[in-house]
Amino acid sequence: MKALVRVMGYMRPFWRSVVVAYICLGLTTVARLVTPQLIGRIVDVGITQNRADILLQSVLYLLGITAAQGILSFGQVYLTERVAQGVAYNMRNEVYNKLQSLSFSYHDHAQGGQLLARATSDVERLQRITGRGIIGLVEGIVLLIGTAIVLVRMNLLLAIISLAVMPIIIIIMRSYLIKVHPIWKLRQDQTAIMTTRVEQNLRGVSVVRGFAQEPTEIARFDQDNNNIYETSMRAAKASAFTMPLIIFLAMISTVVILWVGGDQVIKQQLTIGALVAFNSYVLQLVNPVRRIGLLLTNLGESRASAERVFEILDSRSEVENQPGAAELPRISGRVDFDNVSFCYLGGKNVLSNITFHVESGQVIALLGPTGSGKSTIINLIPRFYDVTGGAITLDGYNIRDVTIESLRNQIGIVLQETRLFGNTIRENIAFGRPESTDAEVIAAAKAAAAHDFIQGMPDGYQTLVGERGEMLSGGQRQRIAIARALLLDPRILLLDDATSSVDTDTEQLIQAALKRLMVGRTSFVIAQRVSTVRQADLILVIDHGQIVARGKHKELIKQSGVYADIYYRQLQPERASIMDRSNA
Amino acid sequence: MTFNISTSSFHGPAHMGQYRDVTGKVFDWDIMRLLLHYLVPYRLQMAESLLWMLIGSGLALVTPYLTKQAIDVYIAQGNYSGLAWIALLVLLCYTLSFLVDWRRRIVMSKVGNKILNTMRGELFRHYQVLSMSFLDQHGIGTLISRMLGDVGVINELLSQGLVAMLSDIVMLVSIIVVMLALSPRLALLTFTVLPFMVLATVLFSKKARTAYRDTRMSSSNLTGRLAEDIDGMRVIQAFTEEGRMSREFETVNRSNRDANIYAIKLSAIFSPTMEVLSMLATCAILWFGGRMVEGNTLTVGMIVAFLSYTSRLFQPILDLSQVMNTWQAAMAGGERVAQILQLEPDIKDTSDSIDIPSIVGQVDFDGVDFQYLDNTPVLHNISFSIPPRQTTALVGPTGAGKSTIASLLLRFYEASGGEIRIDGVPLKKIKITSLRSQLGVVPQEPFLFPGTIGYNIRFGRPDASDAEVIQAARAARIHDYISELPQGYDTPVLEGSANLSLGQRQLICLARTILASPHILILDEATSNVDLRTEGLIQEAVEQLLEGRTSLVIAHRLATVQHADNILVIDHGEIVEQGTHRELLAKNGVYAHLYQTQFLTSEAMT
Repeated sequence: MKALVRVMGYMRPFWRSVVVAYICLGLTTVARLVTPQLIGRIVDVGITQNRADILLQSVLYLLGITAAQGILSFGQVYLTERVAQGVAYNMRNEVYNKLQSLSFSYHDHAQGGQLLARATSDVERLQRITGRGIIGLVEGIVLLIGTAIVLVRMNLLLAIISLAVMPIIIIIMRSYLIKVHPIWKLRQDQTAIMTTRVEQNLRGVSVVRGFAQEPTEIARFDQDNNNIYETSMRAAKASAFTMPLIIFLAMISTVVILWVGGDQVIKQQLTIGALVAFNSYVLQLVNPVRRIGLLLTNLGESRASAERVFEILDSRSEVENQPGAAELPRISGRVDFDNVSFCYLGGKNVLSNITFHVESGQVIALLGPTGSGKSTIINLIPRFYDVTGGAITLDGYNIRDVTIESLRNQIGIVLQETRLFGNTIRENIAFGRPESTDAEVIAAAKAAAAHDFIQGMPDGYQTLVGERGEMLSGGQRQRIAIARALLLDPRILLLDDATSSVDTDTEQLIQAALKRLMVGRTSFVIAQRVSTVRQADLILVIDHGQIVARGKHKELIKQSGVYADIYYRQLQPERASIMDRSNA
Repeated sequence: MTFNISTSSFHGPAHMGQYRDVTGKVFDWDIMRLLLHYLVPYRLQMAESLLWMLIGSGLALVTPYLTKQAIDVYIAQGNYSGLAWIALLVLLCYTLSFLVDWRRRIVMSKVGNKILNTMRGELFRHYQVLSMSFLDQHGIGTLISRMLGDVGVINELLSQGLVAMLSDIVMLVSIIVVMLALSPRLALLTFTVLPFMVLATVLFSKKARTAYRDTRMSSSNLTGRLAEDIDGMRVIQAFTEEGRMSREFETVNRSNRDANIYAIKLSAIFSPTMEVLSMLATCAILWFGGRMVEGNTLTVGMIVAFLSYTSRLFQPILDLSQVMNTWQAAMAGGERVAQILQLEPDIKDTSDSIDIPSIVGQVDFDGVDFQYLDNTPVLHNISFSIPPRQTTALVGPTGAGKSTIASLLLRFYEASGGEIRIDGVPLKKIKITSLRSQLGVVPQEPFLFPGTIGYNIRFGRPDASDAEVIQAARAARIHDYISELPQGYDTPVLEGSANLSLGQRQLICLARTILASPHILILDEATSNVDLRTEGLIQEAVEQLLEGRTSLVIAHRLATVQHADNILVIDHGEIVEQGTHRELLAKNGVYAHLYQTQFLTSEAMT
């Protein structure tokens, strides 16, 4: 419940709208309680007693009340939604900004899909609960209590009969939802399985057809498809029973009112108008009461959603600017690791006693098995993580004493998994410096061997690259990423020299672009290739978080067994194509 | 060159809910006929549910009349037992309504879900035979959304929309008739609000459709944006672009908020409007009816019954406007599904297609031409032969037509001229399954399906025994690695290279083909980089695979080309040179030139 109370806190900036919405709600409820009374009065006095003046007066009241109720209910719905949408808007912005401020150690453990679901569907659920949810619950309860008071005052016996059915409706609605939720969830999962099956079948069409496996695939698909059918029918059966049942229950109470009430009319204990009024009261209660059952169930889910959202908002970023951090002036590119160690929160050391010195303009190749800590070394330099021991200095400045922005602005990064954004090529290249001129963008693209293929595209630099850049090939994305780093003109370069599956000519283009990128900058390379280690000014062989060998290729290949092993077992040879030079 | 500077961002097309947002034809008889034929097998169930529906409507009409009788006759006359009887009768009506409604819902869901199931199955089966060029043209996403979204709205129309529409019309007409019969004057008075209601509904649904489309689009923009930014969060932080990205996100977020508020505003105006209109009718009944009671031309019970009928009169109007939307969406969906289902596969067996016995392995290309649908020529006059158990390598630039030659042999596409023969039998005469089950293919990209490693190796021969799988994995030099995994052959294949490297995936693909034991092998060598050791393993596995099989290899490796019995140099869709490695070197032509400039440099480096 604490989490939900905190969600309510988000409504505070909109408190005026909330108050007005609840006033509207109160007045609408009053109108709803009055209307059946008026109808009763019309029947009893206006019609039965032939009082035309009272009839006219009451009918006009009725019209006036309905019109007023219309305006009030518009106010209630509209204001409530505005508040709820405002809450969701603020919450999403907050989540987004929080995610941006959280350091890599958070994002390492968080799954992207999870974060997305929290920022979208969880926030949406909270939006619904802060909007129609709570006010609907209040509306149902207020109407129920108000009706109860009015009915008891009119006729105790009939009141008990008509209201007895309401708790049953709430209970049936709840137990239905509790039963059917897991079925809906199951169907959702089964649909996802079927979708994946179709997607993979189409993506691997040449394999499926090449092995003549269409019949097997069809059999598998039919199984998935039938599972969905079975589950859908389970859900359908439950709802086919419950929905008519609720209406039936409400109707039973109208029948009892007619019977018992009619009897009382005969005995002159009740007027016919009151009987009609009773009927209206019961009928207008059904929907709000059904909603109470629904909302009570949603409340539990909303609490879980709130907890998930706040889990993000309450995470503390491990990397922050120190109070009074200074700007890092433009550096030459000297890098010192002084006895650096690093461990994840509560974990064992990932790096220990890392000490080395790099002069500006040098190329440092990092080698080691997966998980050895070589990527961690690279990630410490832009402060994606903070060291847990020792210090890293650039040109003598401790990186923890300078602002993060001024530090990262001098570091360029090209990693193997190239992330692009779904806008134009130009915007992607200028990502780190949106104010760059066209000439600068083109120059960077040329140096990255990307200009030619960009120009070959129908919209040139304005070509949209699709979500995550999926309209481009792997090799093209990589070159855009190189151009993006080049445009920053960084002093320090962090890169991964692997080329993902591209043809040999593209690979050579990329290698050449990377070489140009490194000129005149201090470069740290996670080495995947024979050529890189041969050219490196310093090779650091990392194993279990420590530097186990260092030096140049010629020395290491003779002296270090570890190095020789990695050299032969992990590095990629240079390859050239057999006439495959199309993309040149 | 010039280009505009734009800072606006465009994030992915709105794919969510696209199938509901059409504004096309409301009715198309051809499509309707196609859709209706799905209902044919369920005509009994449809008739049954129609029957239930009619009974339900009848009951809904009877109860207000019974209530009127109770008030006017029994209560007015103080007839207690008559009142009890009529109350029981009303209760019976409600009980019947409940049972009828329950039954009808079950029958309808069954029909609806069955049709959904059938249509999906049909689409999937059709996807298995549709021509490759069609699949190339249409994205996978489109084909999937046909199966989920379009089929979904069609089903909505067939299983609910049609019946609901009939039910609404029946209800509307019978209420009007009953009201007219009870009191023509009061009835006509009540109906005066109907035109206004229809008008309001039409105006609203038009606006609402656009408004809700906007909310769907803006919310899918929001999701797209978030997904991408969460994915690229490290890049954003690395380039310290947090501020700008926050501002851009706020814009997307804001337009989503505003679209939602606008849509709610519309419906917040609509329902009170309808309520006021319906209250107008109520008031008219009360006032004029009341005056008529005074003049003794109407009873109190009649007024109560009229109020009850009036309240049931307006729901069908609202529902009908809903059905029109479903109708329109289903028509558009139906058109798209029909387009696919009516498409004939360009490659299929004919009545005189034959099964070929175990292939010996003689392959002949005889003057083969191929062009795309738009007449772009791809291959021209390709003639060559592969004698049984020999290896032919294809080399040449990307786009020269090497993969097309391989695809033609698999009959993924049909040659537009010339003839391809296997063991002397023209390809077109051979049953597709018979052909492909004797051919083996190793694609360039190591494609694996979600599922276990064992499942993937077995893909071409699902009935293979464990021993055979292991044997194939051994031959592909991947058994040792697999058996070191905690779950062995039951290890699931995860997306990306989460648990299997690119090289290991290639080896599994090779094991898959080894297990299928094809007579003719088509191998597109992988170009991606793997480490030296895996490279060696792949080399060994490939050599094992090639041994004793007729092979067509799209070659990227030096070793393969050198060992090939014949090399075809392809450029611009034609064979420009052919011969063995030695012969081609001796010829000192295109091949020799490229070999010297490119291969020798790489040799020197490794």
